[in-house]
Amino acid sequence: MIPRQILARARSLARPAGRSSQPANHYPSLEFHHKLRTRCYSEAPLPSPAAANPVTPVSPEPPLVPVAAHLPAADLRSKSSLNEAELKKFAAISETWWDADGPFKPLHAMNPTRLAFLRSTLCRHFGKDPCCSRPFEGLKFVDVGCGGGILSEPLARMGASVTGVDAVEKNIRIARLHADLDPTTSSIDYLCTTAEKLVEEQRKFDAVLALEVIEHVADPADFCKSLSSLTEYSGATVISTINRSMRAYATAIVMAEYVLRWLPAGTHDWSSFLTPEELVLILQRTSVSVQEMAGFAYNPLTGRWSLSDDVGVNFIAYATKNRE
Amino acid sequence: MIRRISTRQWAFHRHAWKSVNRTLSSGAEAKLAGASIEQGSADKQRSESNLPVHDVAIVGGGMVGMALACSLAKLPLTNHLNIAIVDSNPALQNGQSIKKETPPDPRVSTVTPATRALFQDVGAWKYVEEHRHAYFDRMQVWDYTGLGYTKYHARDANKEVLGCVVENKVLHKSLLSCLQDSGSQHKLYPLRLSSMHLEPASASSHHGSLAKLELSDGNSLYAKLVVGADGSKSRVKELAGISSTGWKYSQNAVICTVEHMEENRCAWQRFLPNGPVALLPVGDKFSNIVWTMDPEDSLNRKSMSEVDFVKEVNRALDNGYGPRPKSQSFGGASPFSWLTAKNTVSADDCFEIPPKITKLASERMVFPLSLKHANSYAKKHVVLIGDAAHTVHPLAGQGVNMGFGDAFSLSNVIAEGIAVGSDIGEVSLLRRYESDRKPANLTMMAILDGFQKAYSVDFGPLNVLRAAAFQGVQSFSPLKRNIMSYASGEQRFPLFS
Repeated sequence: MIPRQILARARSLARPAGRSSQPANHYPSLEFHHKLRTRCYSEAPLPSPAAANPVTPVSPEPPLVPVAAHLPAADLRSKSSLNEAELKKFAAISETWWDADGPFKPLHAMNPTRLAFLRSTLCRHFGKDPCCSRPFEGLKFVDVGCGGGILSEPLARMGASVTGVDAVEKNIRIARLHADLDPTTSSIDYLCTTAEKLVEEQRKFDAVLALEVIEHVADPADFCKSLSSLTEYSGATVISTINRSMRAYATAIVMAEYVLRWLPAGTHDWSSFLTPEELVLILQRTSVSVQEMAGFAYNPLTGRWSLSDDVGVNFIAYATKNRE
Repeated sequence: MIRRISTRQWAFHRHAWKSVNRTLSSGAEAKLAGASIEQGSADKQRSESNLPVHDVAIVGGGMVGMALACSLAKLPLTNHLNIAIVDSNPALQNGQSIKKETPPDPRVSTVTPATRALFQDVGAWKYVEEHRHAYFDRMQVWDYTGLGYTKYHARDANKEVLGCVVENKVLHKSLLSCLQDSGSQHKLYPLRLSSMHLEPASASSHHGSLAKLELSDGNSLYAKLVVGADGSKSRVKELAGISSTGWKYSQNAVICTVEHMEENRCAWQRFLPNGPVALLPVGDKFSNIVWTMDPEDSLNRKSMSEVDFVKEVNRALDNGYGPRPKSQSFGGASPFSWLTAKNTVSADDCFEIPPKITKLASERMVFPLSLKHANSYAKKHVVLIGDAAHTVHPLAGQGVNMGFGDAFSLSNVIAEGIAVGSDIGEVSLLRRYESDRKPANLTMMAILDGFQKAYSVDFGPLNVLRAAAFQGVQSFSPLKRNIMSYASGEQRFPLFS
């Protein structure tokens, strides 16, 4: 299976002494090293937004009409892996989260497939019956970068106590409104905050999920560190993203954004993608070990996604937090 | 009918209403033919939030609707669903037993091996076996010109049987018993659907993502998913604004049960100038007649005396309209002997004469034939199954098999959706059911419509072509096997496997 090969490759890359002349804890790939360095711009102070207090409690019936996109609150910026430009991008299209034919259509199409992966890996991880309709009953999950809640809601229906976290306040408001439509999802706890903030609050979760998020953060290493801190010991972390491969450039950017126009142009920045090996390494440094990886394959004839061994474009990784 | 039942049970249920309603909202189990049948108490005081909420509301508790309920009750991922069945048919409430002595009902279905397997999976077939049912392992198709015939044997396709003819009431009763024994959460509303709101105006509270159904007694209920299983004149389809394409054939089918001397183990179909006549075994010495003809003739044959009708049937099945085909023999003088390949299978492939009808054993029923196909099977919160989605004429008894196929496909799609935490009313999920069933149903409809058209023309050269087709099928066993496995519901696309 390819995932195993990748793990082996990643581990051999990570092996510090002996064959590698480079000192331990240094990344063997120069390209990768360069990448990590260029990712420091989130530390720069953000322009102070006009609406400095977006974390106001959600009113019972907030207007759905477009409100000027709030920039993230000043207090969120102190230490965060957020990428300012990315947040603006998402705030601009947040109204359309639940439009299955809108800008998030590919995410809607992919959702059942990512959930199938989550279901099988997490049922195995937590020793739950996969034939049960609510296998995650009694488990605490956090969906980091929950957007409009298109992952949080299915997880809640599968029984998990879900906390949905997003830095864009508008996303949270839309997620809240939508979840309230169904009694089974109205229990989701949506918070406009960041993973870093939750770490400061010393929150812990049985499973930490960050799907299609890491390619939008400013500092993946910091972000993974936060995800790791949020995970209980022997809990699970699941991350999905897009590979930094030529094929990914051709499909996820050229095809999806310019040819098929599934996604607004500029949704993804190829240089901020991570390869599976890089993801394994980053996670390993935060004592999270990747156990299983799978790729997503799109069938243009049926318009459906399925899981495959090919991690060349979209991939998902299930990892466990090591006991210390 | 409904009115009578309502008044009879009114007093009792009026009293029980409040407690019933309370247990309902907490998802308590309700038995179908029993005490907790909801009756028409119009308690206007109740607020919206007290209305019953169901996961799935099946409108139409006929064979296809009940098959869906059974399948949902059986699958491990869907057996927790709270199901409402909306149907005013009294047969759903008074669990009347079917007596073996009474002659078979003229409304029968040909259950294909594929459908039987689905029934076995949900555990409903054992109830069918307790009642009258008739397997057939042979099928003979010929036409009145006497130029050709085709005979299908189950063993040509390595099967035990080609199909099983079961009375619709037996299928229905079996599914009902199966559902009652499943211990699932279901509730019967012996009412009709009067209106439906798919996007409730008050997006307030927790009912925003539910469809609201208003029933004929003025009460309402909420459901995440509304299933239209209410037949070709589907109210759900109408209320959901789903249009359909189709046409009426200017033909009617006369349906009845007949009696003959010996037991019948073969399905017979003869194409006459005005349409096909079929004789299907229904067990003991009974058979079912489905006879397609001009509307005028159908009314005549319905009103003529029994003796005359029996005479007409015998003429249609054997000695009328044209000669019997000659039995095929190797190297015989058949005009199509060049088609006869060496691999002709059965030795007893020679033409047989259908059993002679002695008596009419039921009333004669007349149905107009039509073909109708819904342009869409799924909308947000709504899905159509069975005749609500597609109506075909009863040429090969495929109509209900297509409906059962729909029901089992839909329950699997719902289970897949629940496995990944989808909202079961989500249109993207329901479209998966549509893309699963639409091609299969359309193919079957096109075949049946083609048959209908090919046999509704009585024109010399065409008759010869038709006969050649019969002869060709009769002589070429791979094609025959293909047609058989398609007709028994095990293959999606004929000839392309």
